[in-house]
Amino acid sequence: MNLTWTFVLSALILLLPTRTSAQVTIPITGGAIGALPIAIAPFRVESGAAAPPEDIAAIIQDDLYRTGLLAPLPRKDLIAHPASLSEVRFQDWRALGVDNLVVGSVSPDPDGGYQVSFELLDVYKSSRLAGKRYRVQPNAVRTLAHTISNVIFETLFGRPGGFNTQIAYVETERSGDKTVHRLVVADADAHNAQIILSSDAPIMSPAWSPDRQYIAYVSFEGGRSEVYVQEVASGERRAVASFNGINSAPAWSPEGTQLALTLSKDGDPNIYILNLASGNLRQLTHSPSIDTEPVWTPDGRQIIFTSDRGGGPQVYRLAITGGEAERLTFEGSYNARPAISPDGRLLAMVHRENGKFKIAVLDLQTRLMRVLTDGPLDESPSFAPNGATLLYSGVLGAKAVLATVSVYGRAHEQLGIFRPDVKEPTWSPL
Amino acid sequence: MRRLNFQTAGLFLVLAIILSGCGTTGTEQSGHNGAAGIDGSGAAASGAQRAQLFQGTELDNPASPLSNRVIRFDFDSNVIKPEYLPILQAHGEYLATHPEYKVSLEGHTDERGSREYNLALGERRAKAVQRILLLNGAAAEQLGTVSYGEEKPVDPGHNEAAWAKNRRAVLVYYQ
Repeated sequence: MNLTWTFVLSALILLLPTRTSAQVTIPITGGAIGALPIAIAPFRVESGAAAPPEDIAAIIQDDLYRTGLLAPLPRKDLIAHPASLSEVRFQDWRALGVDNLVVGSVSPDPDGGYQVSFELLDVYKSSRLAGKRYRVQPNAVRTLAHTISNVIFETLFGRPGGFNTQIAYVETERSGDKTVHRLVVADADAHNAQIILSSDAPIMSPAWSPDRQYIAYVSFEGGRSEVYVQEVASGERRAVASFNGINSAPAWSPEGTQLALTLSKDGDPNIYILNLASGNLRQLTHSPSIDTEPVWTPDGRQIIFTSDRGGGPQVYRLAITGGEAERLTFEGSYNARPAISPDGRLLAMVHRENGKFKIAVLDLQTRLMRVLTDGPLDESPSFAPNGATLLYSGVLGAKAVLATVSVYGRAHEQLGIFRPDVKEPTWSPL
Repeated sequence: MRRLNFQTAGLFLVLAIILSGCGTTGTEQSGHNGAAGIDGSGAAASGAQRAQLFQGTELDNPASPLSNRVIRFDFDSNVIKPEYLPILQAHGEYLATHPEYKVSLEGHTDERGSREYNLALGERRAKAVQRILLLNGAAAEQLGTVSYGEEKPVDPGHNEAAWAKNRRAVLVYYQ
């Protein structure tokens, strides 16, 4: 068993690109027309405090930008750097056209570390919407910045921001004849990468359990595709599907007790429901076509999946009790790998257009499809738990990239460019 | 499962000859006994004999259709192109007369599109090859299929030349 656990104890280590060979860059490009304008002033470092290892305001700015719902003003355009409500001249900020302003400061904590405070202000009402003070050790400053982003997002939009969540992805590194495959867990902004499985055989399709404690995935270490479930904290794992043929495409039921899977043990790849406690297996689809890539609707009552029963791959929906599948996609000759938004309304997928593979979103109520990315090799869309952002993988030149795009089609950002091939990003639940 | 590696067997043969030459004076005939110079056990000599038993030359003869063990496919297709039918016919007939051999049929795809769909497509390609081998005399118990989807490209490039090489089924002989 090739199992490598790596723990990161200090945030300072994260700044060195030695742990994985990942090299993270966050270029901010493009406008965010229609998003709410907001200004985030640099957090003032009070006298007596050492500068914190991370720029808190910059991390918050990136978090909020990536949702596509907020348009942070570039720092160079800020007219002043106030650190608290009493220092703010609201009329100046109204003139700039920003709706909200975030201010904050960092002071030394008597017990070591920092005291960090922030306030979220309503520029038009000249009032405070939220504010908090935290004590934090230097190695937790980045985590604290994400926590502040959560408070800001939830105050403005009334739903969780999920900026402290994690992503999982697969990276492969070729050196000569050997290829190393790794399953990696990282913070939602791709920092703090930790390898949870390293193998000389391919790894596919990581899927978080709803409680974030387990990841199901496909491993070829036994010479063919088999499905494993691994506990993230301990690294303990077990094979849950090792039938003849394909064992793949695990998807957790909303309550976390069942996995939908693709098995070809009886000939053609069909979708099955596996009860993880009892091991009981139930066949859901019975077609001679390729049926794969199942996802559960948030209410647990339907499975959405890819099938080529109509000729080419398209996305279908089927009741968990079985019956007739309903075709959902009609635009284009290739629609596959559906991902469903946390509220169950949007379906992201891989969509071929003019020979390029792009990420598209289908609104299940209006049935309107929107293409969000340019391709040419975009795949594996995954919703952020706040429902506003999609994470996906693509190829830029000869390089593999993880990128995020706003489901509203506004913010398009590369989350990172990784030297080894990076693929199949998947965002953890809240 | 013991995988046959004809190249390795051939390498042993070459090594045996080279080392036997080194271990003797120039006037002596090199022979199987001379190979004992490797580790004193004569292991290399027995390796060379095994290669003969496997009749590797028949499968590796570049003039034989049997030397071709890679079948290529069009995008999103598991249709065997006509030029591969004589090759698969030769493999089917060879397997029919050599029941001691088995073949693992590996299905692969290029990187385009979704990975799980490609895993299923790779299996279809392996099974398409399996059907033709069965029609040409191979026994079902001689054939196994495995799909790697797009996970094991022979060429990691992101272009049509690489994709064409990666859309393939591979026949892997073993005993």
